[in-house]
Amino acid sequence: MPKQTVFIKNKLGLHARAASQIVNLANKYTSEITIQKGDVTANGKSLLGILTLDAPLGSELLVDVNGSDAQELLTKLIELIEDKFGEKN
Amino acid sequence: MLKGVGVSPGISIGKAFLLDRRKIKVEKFTIAGDMVEEEVARFMDALQKSREQLLQVKEKLTHDLGDQGHAHIVDVHILILEDEMLVNEAINIVREERVNAEWALRKVLTRFANIFDQIEDPYMKERKSDIEHVGQRILHNLVGEKMRSLDGFEEDVIVVAHDLSPADTAQMHRGRVIGFATDLGARTSHTAIMARSLEIPAVVGLENICTFVKTGDPIIIDGTDGVVIVKPTPEEFRDYLEKQRRFKYVIQELLKYTDQPAETLDGYKIEIMANIEFLDDIPHVLSRGAEGIGLYRTEFFYMNSPKLPTEEDHFRVYKRLAEQVSPRQATIRTLDLGGDKIESKLHVMDEPNPVLGLRAIRFSLKHSDLFRLQLRAILRASAYGKLRIMYPMISGIEELQQANLILAEVKDELSSEGIYFDEDIPVGVMIEIPSASITADLLAKEADFFSIGTNDLIQYSIAIDRGNEHVAYLYEPLHPAVLRLIKRTVEAGHSEGIPVGMCGEMAGDPLSTLILLGLELDEFSMNTASIPIIKQIVRSVRLEQATELAYKAMSFSTAKEIEEFVLREMSSKFPEFF
Repeated sequence: MPKQTVFIKNKLGLHARAASQIVNLANKYTSEITIQKGDVTANGKSLLGILTLDAPLGSELLVDVNGSDAQELLTKLIELIEDKFGEKN
Repeated sequence: MLKGVGVSPGISIGKAFLLDRRKIKVEKFTIAGDMVEEEVARFMDALQKSREQLLQVKEKLTHDLGDQGHAHIVDVHILILEDEMLVNEAINIVREERVNAEWALRKVLTRFANIFDQIEDPYMKERKSDIEHVGQRILHNLVGEKMRSLDGFEEDVIVVAHDLSPADTAQMHRGRVIGFATDLGARTSHTAIMARSLEIPAVVGLENICTFVKTGDPIIIDGTDGVVIVKPTPEEFRDYLEKQRRFKYVIQELLKYTDQPAETLDGYKIEIMANIEFLDDIPHVLSRGAEGIGLYRTEFFYMNSPKLPTEEDHFRVYKRLAEQVSPRQATIRTLDLGGDKIESKLHVMDEPNPVLGLRAIRFSLKHSDLFRLQLRAILRASAYGKLRIMYPMISGIEELQQANLILAEVKDELSSEGIYFDEDIPVGVMIEIPSASITADLLAKEADFFSIGTNDLIQYSIAIDRGNEHVAYLYEPLHPAVLRLIKRTVEAGHSEGIPVGMCGEMAGDPLSTLILLGLELDEFSMNTASIPIIKQIVRSVRLEQATELAYKAMSFSTAKEIEEFVLREMSSKFPEFF
């Protein structure tokens, strides 16, 4: 199952707006998704879960996707993070 | 009878609605085994109901404010509401522990609160309050109480609260709230200003009204005298009905003359403008006799919004403003916030003295990218109507020159992009720091107009923190120092041939009208409720009477003497207003 390590590059980190974009994206797919930071793991379809990761700028995350449309979800998610969630800075 | 500070005139008689921010008391009940699934269904119903309410709030905010920033907060709340961590865990607790849904939800909320307390990032930590908000909403729906939001009432209510946030008042906007009474607050607090622009009677600073008023109690609010009566006697009820009738009659009479100019008997004319925050208010303030918008605050763009507004966000709103007010003029004040308000978006440091710190024009000059973006939007919108730009909190000529330099660059930029705008858009200075008033002669050479902001001018010249209750008694608009600064500003402006207006609360206070008129201000910009009264006062005197009163007032040495003198004079001339 696809897994990938990614770094948070936007200034504000995985704050509410960014986290809600992840949840909205993940909810479009049937695959299960978990995001891990250190020893804390969150369900990628849970806003609260993502927020509790406490992932500011520079955080290293391990994204693990599991399901029939896993690869596409992973690609889209990485794009979103690389694009700094559309933030300008 | 309770005595507080009357901050918005008029009398309201009705039922109290206690906006109780304290947490709902949740008790634990054991559920019979065969009732568990019913309890889960009850929880799901409450979620569904909460979701519908949030969607309504979102629609209202998007519609009223025309901005997506506030609406996004609501989106986050909806996502929390649907969050499977929260939902599944609460349901599991109901099933496994056989407890009521309230108890299960409270348990989950507490667990999240603890997790968020451990979080280091201050911005993410803040989300704890969002979770609590959502939790409270679900709990209210579970308990079957009306959600304590300030819209969607089915009957008129008088809101009683410890304090009201700007978000509360935004929701109250043109709803069925006919008055409010709060424990905290002062004349210049956001809620007081809002109450005046909504024209609902309000009394603040009541200290502990929340502790003995219940929802449904009959209550009377007298926003003119600062009196609140809970459970009135039949006599009190009758007296206040009569008082209310008289007040309504006076206002009704005044409203017949809204289209008349504010001109003295001997022909001295002043412009009466309105201070607004929401575009929805425009038709109303114009119908009340405003001749334009003298102060459009742009702070709400940045408040509560999880991201910074874009140029398009600004432009859309300013364009609507220009179009709706046209052919009259609207004055847009550039960002007047301290770093504290948008700190979370810009990582500004905490300041020991925010009032004296990096705020208003200082903030804009430091973060010139944000300033440029706002100026671009204003200029672009100036193609659609008559706009003016006003810089807040200018302390001296250098700041004005710097701001104007940036404005000139932005203009060049737009010209080279072939974008049309008003090349001669008037640029004004808000006079609200003593140094600006003292150097007004210098500023007047490089500004197109002045507008005196009395709230801050009073605060800075008397050196009182207007939020500090221990020195609130020193907040005296009629202090000789304040009057001298106003006089000096008007004279400096006029000797350079530029108009001088006032957009502070003092401009809408009938007690000060003749003094300000006597000092020959050209424009008063105020809350909507005051417009008819101020016009009437101006229209019933000769300029020389006002001048005489102003100069006599200025001959006294203390604020107290001035106030007593003016009150005496005004109540003999205008018994219906005092």
